[in-house]
Amino acid sequence: MNNSIEIKNLDLEFGSVKVLKNLNLEIGKGEFLVLLGSSGCGKSTLLNCIAGLLDVSAGQIHINDKNVTWAEPSERGIGMVFQSYALYPQMTVEGNLSFGLKNAKLPKADIAKRVKRASEVLQIEPLLKRKPAALSGGQRQRVAIGRALVRDVDVFLFDEPLSNLDAKLRADLRVEIKRLHQKLKNTMVYVTHDQIEAMTLADRIAIMREGQIMQLGSPDDIYGRPVNKYVADFIGSPSMNFLDGVIQNGAFTVGDLTIPLTGYEFVSGSAVDGPTTMGIRPEHVLTGELVDNAPVQIDVDVELIEPTGSDKLIDCQLAGHDFRVRMDGQAQVFAGEKLRLGVDPSRASLFDVATELRL
Amino acid sequence: MASTRPSQLFRNKTAKIAAIPMIVTALFVFVGGTVWTVVYSFTKSGLLPRLKWVGLDQYERLWATRKWLIAIENLAIYGICMLVLVFVIGFILAALIDQKIRFENTIRTIILYPFALSFVITGLVWQWMLNPEFGVQNIVREWGWESFTFNPLYNADIAIYGVLIAGLWQASGLVMVLMLAGLRGIDQDVWKAARVDGIPTWKTYIRIVIPMMRPVFITALVIVVTGIVKIYDLIVAQTGGGPGISTEVPAKYVYDMMFKASNLGQGFAASTMMLLTVLLVVIPWAILEFGDSKKHG
Amino acid sequence: MVEASATALDGPQGPKPRKVFSRRNIFLYGTLFVIAIYYALPLYVMIVTSLKGMPEIRLGNIFAPPVEVTFEPWVKAWSQACTGLTCNGLSTGFWNSVQITIPSVILSIIIASVNGYALANWKFKGSDVFFTILIFGAFIPYQVMLYPIVILLREIGLYGSLSGLVLVHTIFGMPILTLLFRNYFTSLPEELFKAARVDGAKFWGIYFRIMVPMSLPIFTVAVILQVTGIWNDFLFGVVYSGPESYPMTVSLNNIVNSSQGVKEYNVNMAATILTGLVPLTIYFVSGRMFVRGIAAGAVKG
Repeated sequence: MNNSIEIKNLDLEFGSVKVLKNLNLEIGKGEFLVLLGSSGCGKSTLLNCIAGLLDVSAGQIHINDKNVTWAEPSERGIGMVFQSYALYPQMTVEGNLSFGLKNAKLPKADIAKRVKRASEVLQIEPLLKRKPAALSGGQRQRVAIGRALVRDVDVFLFDEPLSNLDAKLRADLRVEIKRLHQKLKNTMVYVTHDQIEAMTLADRIAIMREGQIMQLGSPDDIYGRPVNKYVADFIGSPSMNFLDGVIQNGAFTVGDLTIPLTGYEFVSGSAVDGPTTMGIRPEHVLTGELVDNAPVQIDVDVELIEPTGSDKLIDCQLAGHDFRVRMDGQAQVFAGEKLRLGVDPSRASLFDVATELRL
Repeated sequence: MASTRPSQLFRNKTAKIAAIPMIVTALFVFVGGTVWTVVYSFTKSGLLPRLKWVGLDQYERLWATRKWLIAIENLAIYGICMLVLVFVIGFILAALIDQKIRFENTIRTIILYPFALSFVITGLVWQWMLNPEFGVQNIVREWGWESFTFNPLYNADIAIYGVLIAGLWQASGLVMVLMLAGLRGIDQDVWKAARVDGIPTWKTYIRIVIPMMRPVFITALVIVVTGIVKIYDLIVAQTGGGPGISTEVPAKYVYDMMFKASNLGQGFAASTMMLLTVLLVVIPWAILEFGDSKKHG
Repeated sequence: MVEASATALDGPQGPKPRKVFSRRNIFLYGTLFVIAIYYALPLYVMIVTSLKGMPEIRLGNIFAPPVEVTFEPWVKAWSQACTGLTCNGLSTGFWNSVQITIPSVILSIIIASVNGYALANWKFKGSDVFFTILIFGAFIPYQVMLYPIVILLREIGLYGSLSGLVLVHTIFGMPILTLLFRNYFTSLPEELFKAARVDGAKFWGIYFRIMVPMSLPIFTVAVILQVTGIWNDFLFGVVYSGPESYPMTVSLNNIVNSSQGVKEYNVNMAATILTGLVPLTIYFVSGRMFVRGIAAGAVKG
């Protein structure tokens, strides 16, 4: 088999609360999988189950084709990196790196070799004799990664490892983790609530909600073809605009606006009439000269402008709905003026109003 | 390497073995001992415990005994005065110390040291301080107020207040520390907001700060009340229950019945009454506290 | 750069003037001074009384410092003061208290720290129930459990012995100490515990290698709490020990309140200070730790 981790029909209950519901997931060898979701969705819980830090209520977990459902965390062939680094404060960096190996009763020479190699990879050799308290946040997180590295395992588990760092350091370490993955080529499961991290790091993203996986797919897939309204709303910043209307005769109608759906790829192959929500990302709305090529063109009043430097976000009303448009930071627009927008239905998403599933 | 699933009983085995002292203590000593005493309070035990049932006889005799009634009355007087005064004094002390004063540590150290002492010591010191021949009364008379009388330990009517003075001296430091911790735990922005709004300090304390300190008050209340019910050493050391039987308290009654009067049944009944008193306070508190902590998961 | 304005300033500027001797300060420090005197007075009286001879005490003022300092009462309190028939002073009681306190403190802290650790990190079915019972035990008046423990100690042959008292102190120290340790271990980051499990450490490995080294402050607090608590105990000493094994507090009470002979107030006060010396020393040395112990014992479970 080619799968590194297989999760089969996994349930987890705390008392009467079901935290994970009949969850199935296969993670390929060498894959970088990101579990993404808002807090309380069960993503960290799932990771803890994989690590063996929580006992499951039902189902199985296989790692490297071994059923590890009942195995101790240390027997599962995993390394784990925590949000708070979880470095042992009274041990030196070297002690932190070697603690697990000593527990596994490895020969001293072997331990020294592995610690040396891991500290080379992560460039923390000068820090080996220091205590965690004498390290910066970024250095601590490197040591934490090193602790997983020395274990020489195929599977790395990351539990929001960058959340405690400031924005700049987070971006730097993100790149480093990606490099590390390219170099080591081992399986990584990475939990985060930060969609930028998810998009930049992942081979595949699993979006979780209420203990279930909503969508599992490549970052492009998830961004471009969200399977339901929740995923569509969750991914993307600023978030997607939604227009509640109906499909009639192959065209979407909201208020006095009608958008023909030519070019839209329906899941079922063809348009179905009925109440529908259309989602359009602010960055997919065409403005300026590009409007002329758009199949649908609308004039709106600019209500509010939020400049972010690189972009300008325009708030306006479209067919009775709040609507946001992303424009270039240099664009000349002013509140109170008219603006012409273009919509390309092939880049929009359509959801059934009742089921919220993609049409 | 999937080991066979350990059976439910042996999972977490080491933890369970490590917890055996706690489990044994909780079940056999605390639950077992309490149940045993309550059960034997319905028997005719004298010098030795005997399972000869007498129903509520022991309780009827208990409530017909003058010494017990005085003990209960004393406990009520001491308890109510203690509760009111210890909280008022403790809070005022904490509020004074919280005024960003200099020498805070010195003053806190002085106020709290009595709490580090044994009740026996407290009792003996105040026995000496209140000694009519040499103590406070004598000093005031020497200052020229010849008719001054403050002789609590030799006047049966007010002897319990002499004990109260000693008790307050020892316990108010504890309440002060708890209150101070509570005051320090309050978001300092509240004070800033009150200052911006122009609310006078005393009003901020009464209307805003004290309500915010409810958990601290409740904790202190439980500690003080259980301490009051247990009061024993102080009495033995300071007054020995006297003059006469004017400063008897329930805990002393229990001890005297069990170990001096060879009347175990009375001791058991009296101690069961003490248990009831404590439960009346602890159970509502426990429901409040533990009900909360369950919600937090 | 924004240009700094160079215009002259009118009206109030710079720090607001403050009076050192404001009415508020006089009231505040005056009150605190009077309060401090009130709390300090008994200690002062104990000390001066213990340094006076009996004739000087009979003359009068308990607040007056000794005219002629004598250490005779201290010597007498330590080695000659009488309780009923025997006249060995407090020394026997002191050594009994030492022999009771040291093993009780060590034993109760070991047991309670392991219990607290198991409750914080290795919860098992029913563990919270036992813990709740244990905490309730802290509130049950000791009088209720006095006699059952007499029976228990008689059964195992420890009634009236020092070991019996050690056992009693270990049992009754358990609720508050377990609470103290459980709360402390719970407050440590859970991820440390998880990391250690991933690193393959087991129950004792995590306890000794991770938890204990991180917990020196709470162990200190526990030692302070237990030494003062056990040293100051009177009830258990009276109930579970015999004349040979009386702890210091019981000896003290017997010496001071024994009805025979002329009261020697100076000896009594010297004995009282001697008994209070151990907890007072701990209190004045430990300072903040002592306060923390009280607060930690008081916070909710």
